[in-house]
Amino acid sequence: MRSSRRSPPKEAATRTYVARRLAIAALTLLGMSVIIFVLLRLAPGNMVDILFSTGGYVSESDKQSIMKELGIDRPVWIQYVDWLREILTGNLGKSYRYDLPAWEIIKPLLPVTIELAILSTIIAVLLGVPTGVISAVRQDTTLDYALRVFSLAGLSMPSFWLGMVIILVLVGWLGWIPPMTYVSPTENLKIHLVQFLLPALAVGYRSSALITRITRSALLEVMREDYIRTAWAKGQSGWIVIWRHALKNAMLPVITVIGIEFAFLIGGLVVTETVFNLPGVARFLVEAVLWRDYPVVQNLVMFIAIVVILSNLFVDMLYGWLDPRVRYGD
Amino acid sequence: MATEPVGVTVAEVELVAPGMALRRPGLVTIVWRFCRKKPLGAAGGLLMLLIVVAAIFAGVLATHDPIATNATSTLARPSSQFWLGTDHLGRDIYSRILHGARVSLIIGLGSTLLGSVLGGIIGLLSGYLGGKTDLISQRVMDIFQGLPLLVLALVMAAALGPSVPNVIIAISIPIIPRAARVIRSSVLTIREMQYVEAARGLGVSHLRIAFRHILPNTMGPFIVLCTAQLGSAILVEAALSFLGLGVPEPYPSWGRMLSVSAAEYAQKAPHLVLFPGFAISLAVFGSNLLGDALRDTLDPRLRGA
Repeated sequence: MRSSRRSPPKEAATRTYVARRLAIAALTLLGMSVIIFVLLRLAPGNMVDILFSTGGYVSESDKQSIMKELGIDRPVWIQYVDWLREILTGNLGKSYRYDLPAWEIIKPLLPVTIELAILSTIIAVLLGVPTGVISAVRQDTTLDYALRVFSLAGLSMPSFWLGMVIILVLVGWLGWIPPMTYVSPTENLKIHLVQFLLPALAVGYRSSALITRITRSALLEVMREDYIRTAWAKGQSGWIVIWRHALKNAMLPVITVIGIEFAFLIGGLVVTETVFNLPGVARFLVEAVLWRDYPVVQNLVMFIAIVVILSNLFVDMLYGWLDPRVRYGD
Repeated sequence: MATEPVGVTVAEVELVAPGMALRRPGLVTIVWRFCRKKPLGAAGGLLMLLIVVAAIFAGVLATHDPIATNATSTLARPSSQFWLGTDHLGRDIYSRILHGARVSLIIGLGSTLLGSVLGGIIGLLSGYLGGKTDLISQRVMDIFQGLPLLVLALVMAAALGPSVPNVIIAISIPIIPRAARVIRSSVLTIREMQYVEAARGLGVSHLRIAFRHILPNTMGPFIVLCTAQLGSAILVEAALSFLGLGVPEPYPSWGRMLSVSAAEYAQKAPHLVLFPGFAISLAVFGSNLLGDALRDTLDPRLRGA
């Protein structure tokens, strides 16, 4: 065990591990593409029907020609293979609704969602880690109970409702209406930040609950270890033991959770972007779903899946880098 | 008494002797102990009970017809006539919240049970049989877990169309892999236990071992899982209804009460937004509190932690 931890075998083991994980990720994504594709084909009413219901009566031949133009008259499996080929070549297909390449619509929306996701994560960590630490250190006191209820409350409120309440409070008590149309950072940085901080607060508070929980339980576990007792015995002051000795090791599971939460976060953004009227990918996904814009939904969902799977892989790698005891392989 | 053969008594003593000398505590005792040890969990349980009662007796408790519109009293403030005010169509919010509890609970419980039972069976078979079955089912579960719960439910709900059974199915699908994982991991431990080996030695069939001998012992984690998932199922239902993909009109649903049309009037009538949101939060909060306490009590790995 000891000798096998020296660098060359470990590096090789890591490489095989990464290769295996990547292969599994690729398989997972392939499976996901099948599921997404089939699911969307189950949907009652296709794009043409929707276009026609809004446009009034149109002759059957027109309908056929439009279906042909959109390529949805061909056998389903050919459509699937086509789609896969498009994804692999980086061509994300064309949006039915906007008559534009999907990528061109999605590209300008990405920074909005990424910014929101990063801000929310920062808020979640800033809120979650200290709460968890205090909760663990003051285990079973009133403060611990209060903090746990606080974080559980965050997990219980729908983030879109929390967003609405934040807006209501701002308007009702402060008489200040946050700008509800998107302002780019180059236009007015201050308004832009305020605009992003509010939804990030709503989403971040919710995400912080899980971080609080994991920090608390990880810290409680670590504090029972011998080396912590040694540190206490040496007479080191309380907070130094907690911050320097205990938290270092307690942070590992927390980092995993932050990675896993990424998926959770995107779920939260779906509705929050809608409430705060931010032109991000998540809001666009909702619109595309409502419009049955197949190519856009397919590609966006695939995109989300890729991001989630890669972030999970990344976190696992990070874990091994931060904790040399973690070994990859079987 | 004296006529009773001695041997029988001895046999009974032996049967009862080691573990079972203590009588199993009754339900009342169990509940009472739980309340004393986990006050927060008991509070959550009480909250859930209240909501269940509200849902069952919504017809009696409601003061108005939840779907009847009333053009003369739109956006009324909370008053003695309309306890929680009215919405933009003059519908009584208090009555709508009570009836909305039905929808939320039916969908929440329905999707949680459906997802957990399906996932539980997959987890049981995959954990018990192992080998290729395990590998394949785990990979398939990975696929479903690669997507955020809400995104998967969103696509499912859109694909299936809005109706109560469809929303239940849409929300249950993302729960399946989570349930499968939890049950599988506890099956893996139970499978190696001696009594299972003994049953196998007696020639009990695999199916019977899996369902009769292993399944009952996974009930602890299963109950914990269900309570924990109930909260998120209610939240997902709210989000779907909010987006217009949930339960169709005219059923009152907490999520749809918050939807865009409500948001438009929020400045004029904040009660339109506040009360339905409170209802959702309380229901989820209750099930989260209960779930946490149950996990501490029923999950032996966490006992004492």
